[in-house]
Amino acid sequence: MSAPTLPRAAAAMLARDLRLAWRRRGDTLQPLLFAVLVVALFPLALGSERARLAMLAPGAIWVAALLASLQGLDALFRSDAEDGSLEQQLLAPVPLSLLLACRMFAHWLTGSLPLILVAPLLAQLLFLPDHLLAPLLLSLLVGTPLLVLVGSTVAALTVGLRRSGMLLPLLALPLYVPVLVFGAGSVMAAAQGQDWLGAVLLLAAGLVLALVLAPLAAAAAIRIALP
Amino acid sequence: MLFIPIYSANHGPASCKISAMPAIAPPPSFLLDVRGLRFDRNDECVFGPLDFAVHSGEALLVTGGNGVGKTTLLRVLAGLLRAGEGELYWHGEPCTRLPAEGIAFVGHLAGHKADLGALDNLRFAAGLHGSRRGASPTSALASVGLAGYEDIPAGRLSAGQRKRLSLARLLLSPARLWLLDEPYANLDRDGITLVDRLLGKHLSEGGAALITTHGAYAAPPVQTRTLLLDAQARNAQSVDAENVGVESPNMESGA
Repeated sequence: MSAPTLPRAAAAMLARDLRLAWRRRGDTLQPLLFAVLVVALFPLALGSERARLAMLAPGAIWVAALLASLQGLDALFRSDAEDGSLEQQLLAPVPLSLLLACRMFAHWLTGSLPLILVAPLLAQLLFLPDHLLAPLLLSLLVGTPLLVLVGSTVAALTVGLRRSGMLLPLLALPLYVPVLVFGAGSVMAAAQGQDWLGAVLLLAAGLVLALVLAPLAAAAAIRIALP
Repeated sequence: MLFIPIYSANHGPASCKISAMPAIAPPPSFLLDVRGLRFDRNDECVFGPLDFAVHSGEALLVTGGNGVGKTTLLRVLAGLLRAGEGELYWHGEPCTRLPAEGIAFVGHLAGHKADLGALDNLRFAAGLHGSRRGASPTSALASVGLAGYEDIPAGRLSAGQRKRLSLARLLLSPARLWLLDEPYANLDRDGITLVDRLLGKHLSEGGAALITTHGAYAAPPVQTRTLLLDAQARNAQSVDAENVGVESPNMESGA
């Protein structure tokens, strides 16, 4: 008999979500394509003037990343609630918060990491100066997990609703504002030759806090929401 | 009326008038002992107070019409819903909820991911809940008659085959107590005998089961007692708890 241990359960959860993402790779890539298209709209709307685009680039890429992180958030827990797998996760002899943390990590791996990998291309598209690429990537690397953690907690709150529709973005976007301010702000600060690491460190502090609290809050929300 | 099986003589004393006497821990031969369990939804009593016990090697059939709270009872015992009041004893030890590693629950929702293969679904279940000694996902699939379907996504299986996949999950689970909500639904004749065979094996190994059924199927050929939930009992009880009737047990001794 093999006892269900924390590492085994976490590995099983992570493997399942990654395998599911691979099976539905068309759906998994949608947030990435969405972000690329949003960024591509800016030159079309603003013209191809190099200086203007370069000035807007950090904000545009950050807003695109933020909107993309909303994609798939609604289905994150709802799909499990609908087919009964969430019930089985509640009944597992391991803490639900651990399983949810694994799911959030898998969601970031499949939803946000590809976007970070493509970000240098998006930066080129908007003529972002080369020396700003490092602040952009670093702020995205620290900021997008924070977006996923906050967003999933809100998604857990709405899991009991039949369809959340616009409710989830309406609830999540105000909570995303500080992340956007510090994320895009750090790149802006770097563009003006100021210290940009401070904003990223603040984001990192928020990430550490959310890493601890978001899975616990999401687990509590799901226990309440599930009928 | 609410009919609650009284324990037969060799199974210890009947514990129906719990309120009159202080709670005494049940003998440890009971796997599960439930006393005064009651569940309310929106201040309305769904069922209870119920007193019953489940022994190792025994299945308790929970029967009654639609809407009397059979599924709710199972969900309360699984810990998915919080009971209004009542005491639970696991192996004679009082507990607020049954230990997760001791119970396996198969509800109306299958709990499989439609996009994952049958084998992948079982592997995940084994990782999450642990697995029984000597059981592997492949062998569990074969014993429910799904050999050859390892890589077929669960969403492409028929309803009956998905039910069999849930049964395979039970086979893998190390849990002593099975909570089965309508396990016979959607199954063909072979499937029904399969459920009975798996139940018989589980009980003979010292396991136990709570099975809800709306009564359309005969009792399985294993040691069973019946807990009959009745819609009228709810009203009777909310007025006067003394109306709770105790009927002689429906003991079906079989294979």
